[in-house]
Amino acid sequence: MKLSELKVGKSAVISAVNGQKALRGHLLDMGLTPNTCVTVRAMAPMGDPIELSLRGYRLTLRLEDAANIEITPISTICSGNCSSCASNPKRRGADK
Amino acid sequence: MILALAGNQNCGKTTLFNALTGSNQHVGNFPGVTVEQKIGTVKKTKDGSDVKIVDLPGIYSLSPYSSEEIVSRDYIFNEKPDGIINIVDASNIERNLYLSLQLASLGLPMVIALNMMDEVESNGGSVDTKKLAEILGVPVVPISASKGEGIEELKDVFIRVVENKERPKNVDYCTGEVHRAIHSLMHMIEDHAADAGISRRFAATKLVEGDESMAKRLKLSQNEIETIEHTLIELEKEAGVDAQAAIADMRYEFIADAVEKTVKKMSADTKQHKMSVAIDKVLTHKFFGLPIFFLIMGIVFYLSFDLIGGNLTDLCDGLIEKGIEALRTGMTDFGTNPVVISLLCDGALKGIGSILSFLPTIIVLFLFLSIMEDSGYMARVAYIMDKLLRKIGLSGRSFVPLLIGFGCTVPAVLSSRTLSSERDRKMTIMLLPFMSCTAKLPIYGFMSSIFFPDHAGLVTLSLYILGLVLAIVMALILKNTVYKGKSVPFVMELPNYRIPGIKTTFLLLFEKAKDFIVRAFTVIFAASVIIWFLQSFDIRFNIVTNSEAGMLAQIAKFIAPVFKPLGFGNWRAATALISGFMAKEAVVSILEVLTTGEVAMGDLFTTASAYSFLVFTLLYTPCVAAFATIRKEFGNKFKGTMVALMQSAYAWVIAFLVYRIILLFI
Repeated sequence: MKLSELKVGKSAVISAVNGQKALRGHLLDMGLTPNTCVTVRAMAPMGDPIELSLRGYRLTLRLEDAANIEITPISTICSGNCSSCASNPKRRGADK
Repeated sequence: MILALAGNQNCGKTTLFNALTGSNQHVGNFPGVTVEQKIGTVKKTKDGSDVKIVDLPGIYSLSPYSSEEIVSRDYIFNEKPDGIINIVDASNIERNLYLSLQLASLGLPMVIALNMMDEVESNGGSVDTKKLAEILGVPVVPISASKGEGIEELKDVFIRVVENKERPKNVDYCTGEVHRAIHSLMHMIEDHAADAGISRRFAATKLVEGDESMAKRLKLSQNEIETIEHTLIELEKEAGVDAQAAIADMRYEFIADAVEKTVKKMSADTKQHKMSVAIDKVLTHKFFGLPIFFLIMGIVFYLSFDLIGGNLTDLCDGLIEKGIEALRTGMTDFGTNPVVISLLCDGALKGIGSILSFLPTIIVLFLFLSIMEDSGYMARVAYIMDKLLRKIGLSGRSFVPLLIGFGCTVPAVLSSRTLSSERDRKMTIMLLPFMSCTAKLPIYGFMSSIFFPDHAGLVTLSLYILGLVLAIVMALILKNTVYKGKSVPFVMELPNYRIPGIKTTFLLLFEKAKDFIVRAFTVIFAASVIIWFLQSFDIRFNIVTNSEAGMLAQIAKFIAPVFKPLGFGNWRAATALISGFMAKEAVVSILEVLTTGEVAMGDLFTTASAYSFLVFTLLYTPCVAAFATIRKEFGNKFKGTMVALMQSAYAWVIAFLVYRIILLFI
């Protein structure tokens, strides 16, 4: 599933970030790395861009750019704190 | 010593810069680009050493993605500052430290200023700065820039660090295959990195991340580039590692670990965060977001151009006029040569005065805009307007300058500096003259009251709409020709709302005022004197009593035929248009002066040509102040001039079409 398809209020774990090199680099720099939890918080008045929360901050992203991000939806709502997130197998708490 | 101040956007960088340097700062451009560079001198260092600080643009990473990141990188590599002050927002520490890790690997003496500590503490959190410094290998000083706390300690630490050349300790955040790849590249490029003066660790990491501009900077041979490519392919294919994602992930992993060990009880839901989310429920609401935004802008414009700024401008205008008249009377009584009086009162002072009286409007407008920007609302505006502007090849961030363009083109051009891409910025600037600025309003009013007394409001409205429609057409043309391609992706942080700092706001207003006044006394002064000279002398340099014999009228007579196809091929209209280049309001005053006596406005224009005249004034080259600002932003005098000439050209074409179409119907 793509991040652009995630409904408002739902959370997901990023599985892969694709896209053209510069944009992909920027998305990764902004913290949208694989295994990070993101929540779609809202949509702009005209339905695009969308507002996300991740790593304790809020980010806005166009749907067409969000389509580069592959996700696995999760049932819990992300607290924005990936290091203690149970849905994140790779992070501390699960493997240590 | 020279230090670079680097940090994310919205982390209080400007506040810290002001706290460190006070008003000892000057603004310039970074070498080769038109990105603003602020340099300040640190006040009152203990040992009296001279410390200069360069404020780098707000960036999230040192990858060459946005123009800001490129500028910051180039500055550090080319100018080689003696050290780096990295400001970090403690309330958003995870993402902020991502840049810190990259900065530290540059190998320059560095200090982390951990800002917003007051906010963290008021939410019951704490940061073990000693331990954090140990993990990151860089000294960490807790500060609160807005309250001025920790500034003295910060000064002591960065002076010590730079004087003792304390470099950051090497931090290995990479593991496994990536780590090995970075290390093998480090050895390979060692000599190149030393020649380029770049830390080999940083260079190697960037190469593994696939940064091509780094390969160029290191002047690697084709052979070496191929070897690197081979290493990367091996890494990606054989080890199954996506290097770019892996490095970003490892940095964040390392940071998350460091944060867990040093930061106590910092949930993401601070009071400030909760409040911001609550405010955004209203301000970016699905249905109310846009109406609320238009309401806010309406109030801002009303206050700037009418209630506060407008009235102050009228007051200034009156005072300046009285002052000039008093001077004229005084000098006449004293028996001063009338030419000198005319030069001073009709030329220089009148020109400067007409511009200076706009100062209050501009200051008030900028006050509101800086409050909108510093409070975090501007980011929301960009967010809710993005979809509309994308249709014409721009991004939401362009909306704010375009809006200010309805007030005055000069501050609008300046505010376009917040746009991250050069393409977006230039395109926005080129669209600005289509927004009817307030100086054009008197022309619309004056002409409508004479030629369209029953439909004055409708005529004015039609001109505003015509401007907008043409701006959209122009944007679509630019999008498909000069500025092909899409606007930069819109990946923007929504910062928490904050109350703007009074000191920061007033420093900014002071700077704007200074900038404006300096321009009034240089560019405008020269232009005023030239116009006065052309108006008052004939070709034989004799003083003229009748402006018709003056050089300006003579020149205008040459130009007048150009306007014949538009329906107003008389020298008076041409003179007014030439004077309008000084300041758009001058069109009205010149027409008024030139139509006293036997010639009436009705003799100069027909109804149709009056409208085509209005269309021409709407579109032709903006006033000299706007022109000078645009030219400066383009960073290339020739291009700036070309833009101005082009504007006059299409103004002519559109006015011609409008005139001919009207003639068909009447």
